[in-house]
Amino acid sequence: MAERFQRDELIVLLGTPNAESSRLYALTVKAGDPSWAGALAGTALGLAVYHITEPEVKTSIPVAIYDEHVSLMSMVLDVDDIATAVREVREAQL
Amino acid sequence: MDMQGKKVIALGERDGIQGTALAECAKSAGAEVVLEMTHCFV
Repeated sequence: MAERFQRDELIVLLGTPNAESSRLYALTVKAGDPSWAGALAGTALGLAVYHITEPEVKTSIPVAIYDEHVSLMSMVLDVDDIATAVREVREAQL
Repeated sequence: MDMQGKKVIALGERDGIQGTALAECAKSAGAEVVLEMTHCFV
């Protein structure tokens, strides 16, 4: 999928439930599978990755749609830890 | 962040936000969803 499109037109949007899984997903699509267990081991796709609960993502989605699909679940997730984990991976240099 | 015209890979998780919800949000922000998945690790 990542090879079919240009890297700068792709965004990976995560809905992971905690910081650990968010970091793992983010690392996998940016720098390659850190566990070296899957097909993306050693494959640095360098994709832009965001979590749906990050403020910059939330503000780009109409409020009614976000409330219908995400708001309830985001109340029980540690959104600050998740945002920190994904941002660290996204902004890290490969 | 501007998602208008971007192509989105929506990777949801059953215990978090599901892929369908991510896709709906991305589409409403003007993006095209090219892959949508919901993982379950139970």
